[in-house]
Amino acid sequence: MSVTQGDVSRQLVDTSVWSDQDLANHGIPVYDMPFVSVGGGIGSFAMVDTLRIAGITTDQIRVISDLERPSQTYEYLASNSQIRSGHRLRSDSSSTVDCIWGWPGYALREAWGKKTPGVAVQVLLEPVAADYYTPKAGQVYESLNREAARIRWNQMVVPGIVRHVRRRDRGDYFVLSTPPAGSAATKRIAFRSRFIHMAVGYPGVRFLDDLQAYRKEHNDFQRVVNAYEPHDHVYAEMRRRPCTVLVRGAGIVASRVLQRLIDDRDQHGAQTTIVHLFRNYPAGPQGDKATFRRPAAKGWAYQGFNFPKAAWGGQIRDHLESLEGDARRDFIDAIGGTNTAPRKHWREQLDRGEAQGFYLQGRGEVQSVIPIPDTRQIRTVVGGTTGLPTTEYDADFIIDATGLEANIEDHRVVMDLLRHVGAGKNVKGRLDVERDFRVRNADNGEGRIFASGSMTLGGYYAGVDSFLGLQYAALRIHDNLVDAGFGQRIGPGRSTSQWWKWARNTGI
Amino acid sequence: MTPTLAGRMQSRLALLGTVGVVWTALIGLAVPRPEGAETSAIYKALFTALLIVAVAGIVWELVYHALQQYRWEKDWPTLFGLIVAVPEGTMVWILLKNQIPWDAGPVQASTFLTMFITLWLLIWAITNGPLQIVALRWRYRGGRFLGGWG
Repeated sequence: MSVTQGDVSRQLVDTSVWSDQDLANHGIPVYDMPFVSVGGGIGSFAMVDTLRIAGITTDQIRVISDLERPSQTYEYLASNSQIRSGHRLRSDSSSTVDCIWGWPGYALREAWGKKTPGVAVQVLLEPVAADYYTPKAGQVYESLNREAARIRWNQMVVPGIVRHVRRRDRGDYFVLSTPPAGSAATKRIAFRSRFIHMAVGYPGVRFLDDLQAYRKEHNDFQRVVNAYEPHDHVYAEMRRRPCTVLVRGAGIVASRVLQRLIDDRDQHGAQTTIVHLFRNYPAGPQGDKATFRRPAAKGWAYQGFNFPKAAWGGQIRDHLESLEGDARRDFIDAIGGTNTAPRKHWREQLDRGEAQGFYLQGRGEVQSVIPIPDTRQIRTVVGGTTGLPTTEYDADFIIDATGLEANIEDHRVVMDLLRHVGAGKNVKGRLDVERDFRVRNADNGEGRIFASGSMTLGGYYAGVDSFLGLQYAALRIHDNLVDAGFGQRIGPGRSTSQWWKWARNTGI
Repeated sequence: MTPTLAGRMQSRLALLGTVGVVWTALIGLAVPRPEGAETSAIYKALFTALLIVAVAGIVWELVYHALQQYRWEKDWPTLFGLIVAVPEGTMVWILLKNQIPWDAGPVQASTFLTMFITLWLLIWAITNGPLQIVALRWRYRGGRFLGGWG
């Protein structure tokens, strides 16, 4: 059978287990590399940072990435959702993505570096007598870049996109990568590796079905937008003329978008009217038990971060680790779901908007989204399925701020893992991993596959899609790798000496 | 912090047993003392106070853990870690004065307060960050050094 040299054939793609000879027959160069991380974003960064601190050298690690820097995708999504470098993220002071030890936290560093002792006081008083301190995005990116340079990140990055991870017939795996056109002699290259780490994040932005249908049917991508895609033209137009905007969603992104809209009224004289549509509307605290009750008011469920704090390392983490099946899924839904941060500034803006009539709330299931003939407006018909009357809202723009939900099967490489390696789905339909983030049913001889980040939500740890969650996963994976003979366990001595190097920004 | 009950107990005992002992030994040299008071008498009083903080603290941790259940985040804010020094310190003082668990000798308030406040602040500061340098997994384990991992 003839094959294009340096490329895969249909037959190879359809074969679940590959041999060295298969790749030789296809003329695909194979590089031996003990550890390969697929993704190249913050998940890969947290993993590699931990391994480097554990003493793994750069020549034993490769990161296959199509990003220029680890924070690139994060920065893009944050920026679109109106969190620019000078704005604050929803992240804890001690969730220091550049520092696995979490100390000093971002608050202390900001207080010291910017000579602003107020933020140190804030972190002392939070959340009792002050809002949670959260770091500015720019500070996080800067610190991450510094750490990337310290661990020599760029020496480990191989530009490319991974489509296939396959078992090798004699143990371990092949990772097949497509390098950028012209950068390699062949169309594909392969790594032969014992340990694979998958951290591919979200496959993309997902729209509410009715808005997606509207956009396609009416070819209107300007007036119906997603908060995670570039949509600054919406704010620009609302500053030029009085508009009505309909915002959907009640999470942190919706909060930030509403702030932007009201800031534009306050600071630039915009005359925007905001209609805020809720599908679920918690009017009061959520939960039957006094010991399990989330604060909620006026449609918003409040907690500091996307899960209760103890989900990252306390009672809630312990409890979740003990749950299986539907009980685990239900518990994750109960502590997560749609929620936002209880920031005083946001509450003040919305209360003022309500009092002055420029912020209106609606609730219910959307029945249809249709253009209004002879106008530039869009009508959203909200049905009375919850006993409420049918209501129509006309708006110049619709912003979908319902978040990033994505089917892992939209990821070709994850789909490949499911179909050919034997990995399965968990109770929330994401990739099934053990408590230490080892992908279930994917071992091959001595080889192991691990996964971290959003694609593992539904497993035994809730906060997977967060800086601290990525670092936690990295540490658990590191401990597993130590058992497999890869690297030295970061015990008290190594931890302390490595922290000192980190503090002095000494390269490793 | 987001301690578990076991984490609370372990952290308290581990820190009092290390930092607490060293600090009490050092501060014993510097605390205000009544004229003519023997160094050994001062140390007897201070180490008795330290022991009470450790042992009675086990009961306090049960109370804090119960209160924590009424917090949605199941966390224990940094500020709480400071404020609880007031009831705890008061109780230690009352027990000392009432010769519980034994007669620790005449101890003046300034001696006790100097030791108690400095020790509390020191341990509070260490557990709010620097401890993680030595014990990397401690924060994920809800304050435990043993158990809760793997």
